[in-house]
Amino acid sequence: MQKFLRDLTVSEVSFPHKRYVLIKLTDTQPLPPMLPGQFVEVKVEGSPSTFLRRPISINYVDTAANQLWLLIAMVGAGTRTLGTLKAGDHLNLLFPLGNGFSPMQQQGETVLLVGGGVGVAPLLQYGKVLKQQGAQPIFLLGSRTAEDLLQLDLFQAIAPVYTTTEDGSAGEKGFVTQHSILSTMHFDRISCCGPKPMMVSVARYAKQTNTPCEVSLENMMACGLGACLCCVEKTVKGNVCVCTEGPVFNINDLTWEI
Amino acid sequence: MADIHVNLAGISLKNPVMTASGTFGYGTEFADLVNLSDIGAIIVKGTTLHPRQGNDYPRMAETASGMLNCVGLQNKGVDYFCTHIYPQIKDLDTRVLVNVSGSAPEDYAECAARINALDAIPAIELNISCPNVKQGGMAFGVTVEGAQSVVKAVRKTYHKPIIVKLSPNVTNIADIARAVEAAGADAVSCINTLMGMAIDIERRRPVLSIATGGLSGPCIKPVALRCVWQVAQAVSIPVVGLGGISTATDAIEFLLTGATAIQIGTANFLDPAVSVKVAQGISHWLDQHGCRSVQEIIGQLES
Repeated sequence: MQKFLRDLTVSEVSFPHKRYVLIKLTDTQPLPPMLPGQFVEVKVEGSPSTFLRRPISINYVDTAANQLWLLIAMVGAGTRTLGTLKAGDHLNLLFPLGNGFSPMQQQGETVLLVGGGVGVAPLLQYGKVLKQQGAQPIFLLGSRTAEDLLQLDLFQAIAPVYTTTEDGSAGEKGFVTQHSILSTMHFDRISCCGPKPMMVSVARYAKQTNTPCEVSLENMMACGLGACLCCVEKTVKGNVCVCTEGPVFNINDLTWEI
Repeated sequence: MADIHVNLAGISLKNPVMTASGTFGYGTEFADLVNLSDIGAIIVKGTTLHPRQGNDYPRMAETASGMLNCVGLQNKGVDYFCTHIYPQIKDLDTRVLVNVSGSAPEDYAECAARINALDAIPAIELNISCPNVKQGGMAFGVTVEGAQSVVKAVRKTYHKPIIVKLSPNVTNIADIARAVEAAGADAVSCINTLMGMAIDIERRRPVLSIATGGLSGPCIKPVALRCVWQVAQAVSIPVVGLGGISTATDAIEFLLTGATAIQIGTANFLDPAVSVKVAQGISHWLDQHGCRSVQEIIGQLES
């Protein structure tokens, strides 16, 4: 897919929760085609300690409004600076990058989309696209507390949503892999994005139940283009760049101990 | 418009801006984002005789105005390059040079011999200064004898211009530069990365998988300028300057200091189109200053 380097305009900034910022971007020309699960590399201006671009997953693409949404956890100086953007500001993006999640494999398939923390971000767009294609997505979203469950209303507008929280303040108490739907329902395949320990647990469940499963990795990266070879993941094919061969991998291609 | 083409050891470049090995892939990765024809030369990633998996992850740490890496020369080997990559890049409308690395002089020589057969590759850059490989690499570049042994071996098998990439991690870089000149190098490029380290205090461990890595980015520019200045005075072969260049001003500093051409490395990660912007910026600056040619500023530092 063709990549672009563009200055997009911030059209709206909101805070779903104090640690997360949702930035809606637009452009004077139509946004290029983007696949669910792909990501962008943003240039952070005004943060002297932030040298490299920051890879951020594509949360949602609103084609009618020509908007691209980024849902960002503010964890370091770079992402906190992104949280200070205001409507009308510009943000330089290198995009779209990476392979993205698999398109629908068969009409009507049930796809469990498992997200943890801010890892839910790319699943919103993916769920929407799967639904449009004729699949039946089901969301299973986990977080620490009820207030860390992001964009619930938007997920619910697309497909059934099941949740877990570590403190039991919403949904079932515990981790996503402890949710009861995993023992009561059958899924044709699973896609997952979140903290690595969570993805390892989901991969283990997938393997035990013989369910095809893909995970989206977030290895530290520099260029986003496959040039620097910094973000490599060990796979059955050797070390490969997460930015170009990923970020989405079938668990059978990884060398995780599951 | 000023004439910005340069002659580097017999190779004519459209402009003095090259992309540094390991920061621009094979060029094709950047083709959507920058017009490759507007770059003086592309130096493709470090190539070795045999395939290498490189070091384990994590291989990168962000630092103040720069980054550390310990990639460790991951590449699919020279034969893969010749059969799979070369056909895709041989017709690019720019100069494509190959960076060659190895763990013994014979490996360098054999790797260079196979590249010698590729008509569209006008020169190679010898990496005797990679800090991230246990065997070889920088081990050659830090002694006069080691550096000479590699250049002499390659000189026997490679019959086009050889650029030798020097390490700043040495006591006297001018001594190494003189040694490789005497051994038959046609040009030198300096500098490679500076060896550095980053620590994760919560885990009480080094960030990088092999503890140390090579520091690059704007933070190393003063060291690079000093090295180019010392080397340019020590040798009569052309010097290619690199280390922290991200603007035309940076590039002009290196040209004034004695570099015939410059390379852009880490800045490619921040702006994939930076090399062309720098080339245009040099041209603009020359016009503004009434210079008819870039030759008028190379090595023209007032003393």
